[in-house]
This record gives sequence, C-alpha cells and structure tokens, in this order.
Amino acid sequence: MSLLMLLGVSLVSALALAFVGDRKRAAEINILGSAATFAASVFLAVRVYQHGPIVAGNNFFFVDALNVYLAVVTAFVSMTTAVFSRRYMRHERENGRVGRAGMRFYHAMFQLFIFAMLLALLTNNVGVLWISMELATLSTVLLVSLYRTPSAVEAAWKYFILCGVGIAQALFGTVLLYFAAERVFGEGSAGLLWTNLSQSVGSLEPTVLTLAFVFFMVGYGTKVGLVPLHNWLPDAHSEGPTPISAVLSGLLLNVALYALLRCKVLVDGATGSHRAGHIMMAFGLVSILVSAFSLLRQKDIKRMFAYSSIEHMGIATFAFGLGGPVATFGGLLHMLVHSLTKSSIFFTAGHASQMHDTQEMSGIRGLIRGNPLAGWGLMLGCIAIAGMPPFGVFTSEFLILTALIKNAPLLTPVFLLGIGVAFAALFGKVMPMAFGPAPENQRRLKLSHFPVIAHMALVLVIGLYLPGFLSAWFHMAVELLK
Amino acid sequence: MTTNLAAEINGVLAALILLSSFGLLVQRRMTGLLHIFAWQGFFLSLSTAVVGYTAGLHHLYISAVLTLTLKVFALPYILYVLIHKLKIHREVEEVVNIPTTMLIGIALVIFSYHLTAPIRELSTLVTRSTLAVALATVLLGLLMMITRKKAVTQIIGFLALENGLFFAATSATYGMPLVVELGVALDILIAAFIFGIFFFQIRTTFDSLDLKQLEKLKEEDF
Repeated sequence: MSLLMLLGVSLVSALALAFVGDRKRAAEINILGSAATFAASVFLAVRVYQHGPIVAGNNFFFVDALNVYLAVVTAFVSMTTAVFSRRYMRHERENGRVGRAGMRFYHAMFQLFIFAMLLALLTNNVGVLWISMELATLSTVLLVSLYRTPSAVEAAWKYFILCGVGIAQALFGTVLLYFAAERVFGEGSAGLLWTNLSQSVGSLEPTVLTLAFVFFMVGYGTKVGLVPLHNWLPDAHSEGPTPISAVLSGLLLNVALYALLRCKVLVDGATGSHRAGHIMMAFGLVSILVSAFSLLRQKDIKRMFAYSSIEHMGIATFAFGLGGPVATFGGLLHMLVHSLTKSSIFFTAGHASQMHDTQEMSGIRGLIRGNPLAGWGLMLGCIAIAGMPPFGVFTSEFLILTALIKNAPLLTPVFLLGIGVAFAALFGKVMPMAFGPAPENQRRLKLSHFPVIAHMALVLVIGLYLPGFLSAWFHMAVELLK
Repeated sequence: MTTNLAAEINGVLAALILLSSFGLLVQRRMTGLLHIFAWQGFFLSLSTAVVGYTAGLHHLYISAVLTLTLKVFALPYILYVLIHKLKIHREVEEVVNIPTTMLIGIALVIFSYHLTAPIRELSTLVTRSTLAVALATVLLGLLMMITRKKAVTQIIGFLALENGLFFAATSATYGMPLVVELGVALDILIAAFIFGIFFFQIRTTFDSLDLKQLEKLKEEDF
C-alpha cells in the first residue's frame, strides 16, 4: 500500500502540475507532493526494517534494505530540492530566464523524474529497471535546455545522445542476461526478476554474464558519470537550472550506481570470481584521478562541483569494486553523504550565482560578507565534500581507505593522490569566493536556507555518530551485496 | 515451414538488415536515409514474425506489429514531417572518407562475430547465428553517430542502433518479455518527441542543424 502511494504520489503530482502550469501555487504543490512521497518512503522503510524484504504486485516490486534506503534518500533530497526551487525558480522567472511554458514543464518533469528514479529503485524486473533509467534521462533532457541559451541546448543534446547511446548498451547487457536466465527459468518475465536471478545465480552461464557485464558497465557507467564516459556530466550539470543539477548529481548518479551494483552481484555470483569487481575498481580509480586533476582547471562554479561528483562516484564505485564488508559499508555510506552534501553545495552555488549574476568563479567574491548563511553554507559544504572531519564524508572515505590498505595496499597512494589533489583544488577555488570584501554589484536576495541547513546538519550528525538504526540498516544492505 | 527453411529465411533477413546498416552509413540524402531506415525496420519486423511463427510464440507477433507500426510507419513519418518543416529534405550531407568508414564497418562486423562466438555455441535456437549481426548493427549505428555531423542523421543512427537491440532480443532469446518490449517502445516514442523538440531548439538557437556549431562546451586550455 505504501509502495503504491510512494510511486503514485509523484506520478499524480506530475500530472497535476502539468495541468496547474505557471499558476501561483505550483511550487507549493510540488513541495507537498514531494513531502508526501517522502512520508510514504519512510513508512515503507520502517516496514522493511521491522519485517524484512517485501515482494509485492505479482512479483513486480521488490523492496529490500538496499533499495529502500536509496528510495528514502531520493525522496528526502527531492523534497528539500522542491523547497529550494520554490524561491530559486521564482527568481529565475522574474529575471526572465524562464517563461510560462518553461515553468509548467519544469514542475511536471521534476515530479516525473522522481517517479522514474523511484520506479528504477523499487522494481523487481531488470528490464523495467532499464526502462525507468531511460525515462529518468528523457524526463530531464529538456530541463537541461530550459534556459534555451546556445550552451544549454548543446549540453542537453550531448546529454541526450551520450546517455541514450550509453544506456542502449545496458539494454544489450539486459538481453544477454535474459539469454542466460532463459535457460534456467524458461520463457517469460520470470527470467528477468531480480528475486529469481539472485537466488539461482550459480546456475547462470558465466561466459555470457561476463560479456553482459561489459555492456552493463559501459551502459550504466555512462549514467554514473565514470571516466571516460563522463563527457555529458559537467555540461548538463553546469547549464541546467540549479535544482536540476542538485537532483542529477545527488540522486540520478546514485540510482545508476545502484543498477550497476545489482548487475555486479549477479555477475560475480555467476562467475565465482571477482572480475566484475576489478573492472569497477579500475573505472573508479581512473575517475578519481582524472576528475581531481580536472577540478584544478575549472572556472565555472557548477562545472567544478560536477567534476567533484565524478570524483565521488568514482570513490563509491571503487569501494564497491573492492568488495568486502568494510568497503561496501563505506561505499553505501558514501553514496548517502555525497548525495546530501553535494545537493546542499549546489543549492549554495545557485544562491551565489544568483547573487552575482554569473557562474564564473572569478565574479563571485565576498559571499560571507554579503550573506553569512550562504557563504558559510558553501564553505562548510566544501569542507565536508573534501573529506574533512567532523563531517560524514570523512567517515565513509576513512572506512574505504582502511579496507583499501588492508586488501590492496599498492593502490593506496594513487587513491590518496586523487583525494589530495581534489581537496587542494576545491579549497583554492572556494576560499576566495567565501571570504574577502563583497563586490559592489552583489545583490541582496531572499534565499531559502532551510534545505542547506537540514542537509549539512544531517551530514554532521552522521559524521559524529552513526545512529544505530542506520548502521544496522547498512549491515543488512552489506549482507545483500556479498 | 520447417526449422531449416525458417533459419534460412532468417539468415537472409539478417543479411538485409546488415546491408541496410551499411547503406545508412554512406547514404548522403536525407530522404534516402529515411527510406533505408524504414526498410530496415520492415526486415526487422518480418524476421520477428518468422521467428514467432516457427517457434509458435504468439507474443512475438505483437512485437512484430509493434516494430512495424513504430519503426516502419511512425518514426519515419515523424522524421519526414520534421525535415519538411525544417526545410532540410533536399539537403545533401558531406560524408568524409566513405571507403575508410566502410572498412571500419567491416572490421566491426568481424569483431561482432568474434565476440558472440561463445554465445553461439551455447544457444540452441534457430536464430542463434544472427546474434552477431545484431551486435554489428548496434556498432554500425554507433559508427554512424560518430561520423555524421547533422542532428537528423545522428538520430537516425541512434534509431538504427535501437533496431540492432531489438534484433538482438529476438535472435538471442526469442524476444524479451512483453512488459519490457512495450516499455522500450514507449521510451523510443518519448525520445522521438524529444528529438523533434530538439531539432527546433537547435535550429532557433544556432540557425542550422549542423552539429559542428555545438562544440563550445569544452575544457579550456591554459
């Protein structure tokens, strides 16, 4: 019941918002819809926590500790983003960057995007997982080009083509997976159900699954933004409206990584080796290094944090590839804290660029003087994302590092080099923006600080002390990923 | 129809699909591209129906009809209307270095046969030998997207790539479950509307559909 509500609310809100359009209450409906989705997700999570995994809807849905935790994160961040976007988009509307049709489109597609991600997380069918990942891309493509500037259109086209082609490879992987499964389960949907596949993973043909994983890696890896498949990501994140950058970076990448994880479990189970894990480690490590050095040369604030997202997705992918309970625990925690921190940073980056009418970092100065909350939000967000204690990213990176030193000590310097360079790059760029005197042309705006404060507080709490239920939850998820 | 005959018919259809992929790779005229694309969809749909008949699987008829309406009528029609509205139906695209492109294409086909060899040995279906052709179609679609610089031709390359995926599904497994096929078809239909909107957005922002102008977003050099 709560499952239907979780998916239904966002779909109904999308339809309602398409109908309401650019009227006065659209933003409030958007917030209300997301809040209801969040409430439903918490309700569902409590049930899973108490009674274990749920299979529902004639085997169509499957909810376990792994996906319900991501569903809660998705619903929570989309709720706070809806709160943030109320003032932000109103401001963009007043500035004339978005028109009436744009606002209608924005609100409806925002909810459809949330629906697509939740469906991807909760479905039991690997084919439907692919369909909803594609739907998530399609619903955000035209949001990236919302401002209709030449660079926005270019970014959206790139996003559409690269992700479309990428995810087509994942469909080929799904065909191969079904080919292997059909020999065990016979004709029909049964061969694509995760619950069936994971139980009899040993009887799936290893050669076919290894080949399938290559296609999954390229396909879903494109959506995760792993180097060298990452080209669409910095463009889409920097040219789209800031709330969309926040959900793309904080949520979509997580969902894509989730899809990849599910495939990895199957392939490693079938081959009885650690080959899929090794491929993921390689992609992760290359992503960390390339994005860390790319961070050094950025001039656009949102583009810089987009590269930082590639780095953190690389860290999480690396951790899951490394395997073992500690690294997997660290990876799951990292997905959570990255999602919270990065969306909060995008909120403050959006504030900063609206105050200065530019996304160029050289034009953003004296943020703390101009608006202390926005300035400190950016500064603390940067401290958190760079992996400094006492924030949650430190905890997760520390766990991953511990596992790394134990299992693959030779890779430790490479990993640390990436993190170190990223740290230096981020600080070098953010300090001048936060401190110093405010420039003359800085504007005073009414900003919504609640989402930033909420996210940063959560990341701080997770960094200082991991609540018992959360760690128990992660332990359940770690069991599933073994 | 005996199984042998079906396998042979299917082989011929696979060859025709592969041929049309090469045709797409070198065709310069917009309307010519649309015709080849529609023919490829037709062969695909016919092959699905033949497989459905020999294997006695009725859900394959549904996907054959789906392919026929979507790939042979709906999508070419949408593209036809679009290129007429954008007044580019007479345009001739410059395709550089056709011989090299063809050679790369042939190399991709050989690569596909090599890659799918272990699967061919495992499979017992009549269609198993066509899986390599399906993968080749996917890779040739990809090659077309890389070599072409016009928005419309890139989209046709993308759709040809999807054709390859559909063909892979019928040749490796007698088709995916119906819920998946319907979902994929829906996604393609949504994508069709989106690229339609895109053509107009690109046209109004850049005054042409040439993607050479979409090269602004790059990392700056120091």
